[in-house]
Amino acid sequence: MPRLWPPAVLFAMIGLAGLALPLVQFKANRIVPGEGVGLAALPHGPWVMLGLGAALVLACPDRWPAVARLASAVAGLIAATLMLGMAASHLPPAGNSLARVAPASGFWLLVLAFGLMVADAVNRLRPSLALRWVMLAGAVALAAGILASGLLDGVSVMREYATRRDLFGREAQAHLALAFGSLGLALLAGIPLGIAIFQVRRWRGPVLGVLNILQTIPSLALFGMMIPVLGWVAATVPGATQAGVSGIGTFPALVALFLYSLLPVVSNTLAGLSGVPAPTREAAVGLGMTRAQVMAQVLLPLALPVLLAAVRIVLVQNIGLAVIAGLIGGGGFGTFVFQGLGQTAMDLVLLGALPTIALALVAGIALDLLVQGTRRGAA
Amino acid sequence: MIEIRHLTRVYDGVPVVNDVSLTIGTGELAVLVGTSGSGKTTLLRMINRLVQPTSGQVLVEGVDTATLPAHLLRRRIGYAIQGHGLFPHRTVAQNIATVPRLLGWPRARIDARVDELLALFQLDPATFRNRMPHQLSGGQAQRVGVARALAAKPDLLLMDEPFGALDPLIRAKAQADLRAIQQKLGTTLILVTHDMQEAVDLGDRIAVMDGGRLLQYDHPARILTQPAAPFVRDLIGATDRPLRLLSLKTVGDLAQPGDAEGPAIPPEATLHDALAECLWTGRTALPVQGGGIVTLDALRAEARPR
Ligand SMILES: Nc1ncnc2c1ncn2[C@@H]1O[C@H](COP(=O)(O)OP(=O)(O)OP(=O)(O)O)[C@@H](O)[C@H]1O
Ligand SMILES: [Mg+2]
Repeated sequence: MPRLWPPAVLFAMIGLAGLALPLVQFKANRIVPGEGVGLAALPHGPWVMLGLGAALVLACPDRWPAVARLASAVAGLIAATLMLGMAASHLPPAGNSLARVAPASGFWLLVLAFGLMVADAVNRLRPSLALRWVMLAGAVALAAGILASGLLDGVSVMREYATRRDLFGREAQAHLALAFGSLGLALLAGIPLGIAIFQVRRWRGPVLGVLNILQTIPSLALFGMMIPVLGWVAATVPGATQAGVSGIGTFPALVALFLYSLLPVVSNTLAGLSGVPAPTREAAVGLGMTRAQVMAQVLLPLALPVLLAAVRIVLVQNIGLAVIAGLIGGGGFGTFVFQGLGQTAMDLVLLGALPTIALALVAGIALDLLVQGTRRGAA
Repeated sequence: MIEIRHLTRVYDGVPVVNDVSLTIGTGELAVLVGTSGSGKTTLLRMINRLVQPTSGQVLVEGVDTATLPAHLLRRRIGYAIQGHGLFPHRTVAQNIATVPRLLGWPRARIDARVDELLALFQLDPATFRNRMPHQLSGGQAQRVGVARALAAKPDLLLMDEPFGALDPLIRAKAQADLRAIQQKLGTTLILVTHDMQEAVDLGDRIAVMDGGRLLQYDHPARILTQPAAPFVRDLIGATDRPLRLLSLKTVGDLAQPGDAEGPAIPPEATLHDALAECLWTGRTALPVQGGGIVTLDALRAEARPR
């Protein structure tokens, strides 16, 4: 009996469960519940099942090489996706445009299992930073390639997409603008605020206290409070409406995300600056740098990795939170999520949720790599 | 010339430097010694105004430093901080170039100066120029710290326990190098140390501090032979006194005509070394390289106060 790699055993259990469960849901139309169809019932299904099962089981022994792990995991992801596309084009009877094929629990578990396997294999391989960037770019390109190839066009989510192509592009832009815009504003305001409370110690308690309270307000409550407050501002302050201030829509969503972002930016700026060793700071002053030079040439560069960690937290958090903007007409992928919930059309919900998850994942990994890059430079 | 006049610094009502006055001549090396907490660092930092004096003045070449903008003053005063304080995100060359860059020197002059200093501190420029501080040994980092302090040819160099973290062998070498470089460049230097032997070896004058007060400021030989207070005598260490006195002079100073057996001793060795050699080899006289001898009797006479 060879020594086992426990995570791989867990992935295998998840993946095997996925193989046993229905791969897709076959529905008469987009809102009725459907019946599950397993992988075995599809053409070539049994062979694919055998292959995927073998890939999962073979990875269990500890000595299975990491490269093979990575290759089989990527192959598994591709196979599961292609089978999904194939089911979608194969199952509905010819000429029936109402029938829908949606991914079901089996598909999601397979994606989870092989996705974890990819992450685990990359970890074991310990690739260089440059190679990690290449891998990330490769993964994004592969996903984009599969989507563009039309192989998945029959899948329910893609059918929802097909009828909303233009809208999807606009909401994607709105979502990115909300997430990055609020991050940009938070950096613009938060870094100077962090520097200020670093230099004036007695402001630290009050400033961090207020930001902490803001952070604990639930997002729905914050929106709820903003609608009357900003509505009142828009109605009474001259010129506010022209400047884009209003109780509902993009503006309050941006303000809310900005407020949530402030605490991580300010507190990480403070932590990064405070983390610079005292002798380094004293040397900078002692050599004749002005206050501004000490800040720009020594303190901020050395605080950069901690600051980037804040950027990572905020960006991933805001990509997720921006969904809520859909509730108050702020646009973004949340629009699809809440429309879908209203129509009990899960396919439409997925059209909002999947890109959000993908975006958060890619942004998180990219910023991790960026942080590692600056750490290496400063270490 | 540096004149310190009635300098006082009070923290929370307690004077940690108390009415200290002393003068350091151009090109001299003054050493501040004293127990921990006696106010050495505070005194040193009042000279480059990292600490603001409560009262008193510091004059550099006759100019009251309080009349100059602090950051411009500091660019003229080299400061080598305890534990080197190199910038971890900058290369060795960038670290050394800090003050010249602040002063706006042209690029070519900075590069030449960096290489000149690296060579002076026996760090091969090609090897070390682009290293990051974490890639240096403690001794190398310490030398880069001093090179950085010297980069803009300051009139005055302040060093706070520069050799504290070094092992005894490297420490002795670093001390000798510092003395040689200081004499070569003619820099006025004020150095803080806990180590009395270091003070005796390096200092033209030694300032002994206790509880914020300057107890004595004099040449090493006078500090050793005529301590002004019981505290100074205790700091020297009664048992080490004769040996420290011997370490102030070289064999060349004491050579007399004559013949002696055994291997010869170089004239630049200290009398302390000569005594050790006599005791270890059981000889009463040693031949000196280049002629003459040094006798145990003469050594004995030198080890007593006169
Ligand atoms: N910023 C400060 N606030 C209050 N007290 C201080 C401050 N800086 C120094 N002191 C006090 O002043 C006294 C002298 O400190 P200083 O650092 O000058 O001593 P030192 O002789 O350099 O000691 P060491 O040999 O341990 O470095 C100490 O008692 C110290 O606690
Ligand atoms: Mg000190």
